[in-house]
Amino acid sequence: MASSSELARRLQDAFGDLLSAPSEFRGEIALTVLDAERIAEVCAFAKKECGFDLLLDLSTVDNYGSDPRWMVVYELYSISSGCHLRLKTQVGEEQSELPSVSSVWRAANWHEREAYDMMGVRFRGHADLRRILMWEGYPYFPLRKDFPLAGKPTDLPNVAFTRPAPLEGGPFVTSAGGKDSGVREPRARTSET
Amino acid sequence: MASTTPLSGTAVSTEIGYNSKIEGEVVHTQLDSAINWFRKNSLWPMPMGLACCAIELMAAGASRFDISRFGAEVMRFSPRQSDVMIVAGTVTYKMALAVRRIYEQMAEPKWVIAMGACASTGGMYRSYAVLQGVDNILPVDIYVAGCPPRPEALLDALMKLQGKVSREPITRILKRDSGPAEYGRMGMRLPGVPDSGKPTVHV
Repeated sequence: MASSSELARRLQDAFGDLLSAPSEFRGEIALTVLDAERIAEVCAFAKKECGFDLLLDLSTVDNYGSDPRWMVVYELYSISSGCHLRLKTQVGEEQSELPSVSSVWRAANWHEREAYDMMGVRFRGHADLRRILMWEGYPYFPLRKDFPLAGKPTDLPNVAFTRPAPLEGGPFVTSAGGKDSGVREPRARTSET
Repeated sequence: MASTTPLSGTAVSTEIGYNSKIEGEVVHTQLDSAINWFRKNSLWPMPMGLACCAIELMAAGASRFDISRFGAEVMRFSPRQSDVMIVAGTVTYKMALAVRRIYEQMAEPKWVIAMGACASTGGMYRSYAVLQGVDNILPVDIYVAGCPPRPEALLDALMKLQGKVSREPITRILKRDSGPAEYGRMGMRLPGVPDSGKPTVHV
């Protein structure tokens, strides 16, 4: 039975310079696909030749302030061998688009819709790239780093509206070690200046 | 406790307060209290279950806690037949106008219980996605603390609502013409939602 690192090596043999050397962290193997345009090709090979028949998760990371800004992470699993493999690829902000893997794993359909909804990364070739959590017409991508935690005011008549949430200094205003709950959990955080 | 002297050949009768021989089959009361008594003991809930509070709402309806002791066991999934909307859970902005529409579909008289921290204030969700309290869009009668509240807390809210219903000057309300559509029971102004306007579209 093949291990994760053997399967990663098999992918490397097939794609050569397209993949970075596998990195290992706490027993988890990750490969970086250097050209995001070829991610669907790598994924199709991983499914067909390496037995990664399950896409556990597809997520995006916002490396705000650095270029390329987006990192898309694919968490693969093989039911037959029990191996995990993580594929990463990076996309620049001005492009914000990469090929869909929904034709490889149907599970990618909703994951890619969520990534589009929350981060604004588009997946080319996706059959139905609509928002999945927010409503059609919501103008922002709320998991981007430059989107405020409290949200922004919007209004789409007869569909939905939003208002910024009152954060009062943070989502959870606590200060440990106070002698009573009024000190430990104040209604608002006072300015530290 | 007063007991009458037993007459020969008749059963011993004990009378407490009300003498049907003298007063007949008549109960004297005020119309207000009679109508309110009917109403408060038959509050049909509209279970607006949106999150984990709905599980406690179900527990309140089940045998251990038995909401039917308070006449509120007839959960109606049609707003047309409901009296009290129990908003049980997190109201997201995506759901907010649907909750508002269901409230507007309920016939007068109608009441709202905001069950739990989320429905009352947004709870722990200080977030772009969650309405910060259902009282932003509905006139709430009773707030229930807890995350989620125990079924007893919901029953307590129901009893408090019964107390509120029994104090309503209902004949005056029934006689008065109903106001404009945006005015609810007792002329209460419904909280507004923002005016229409084009959202800024982020490309």
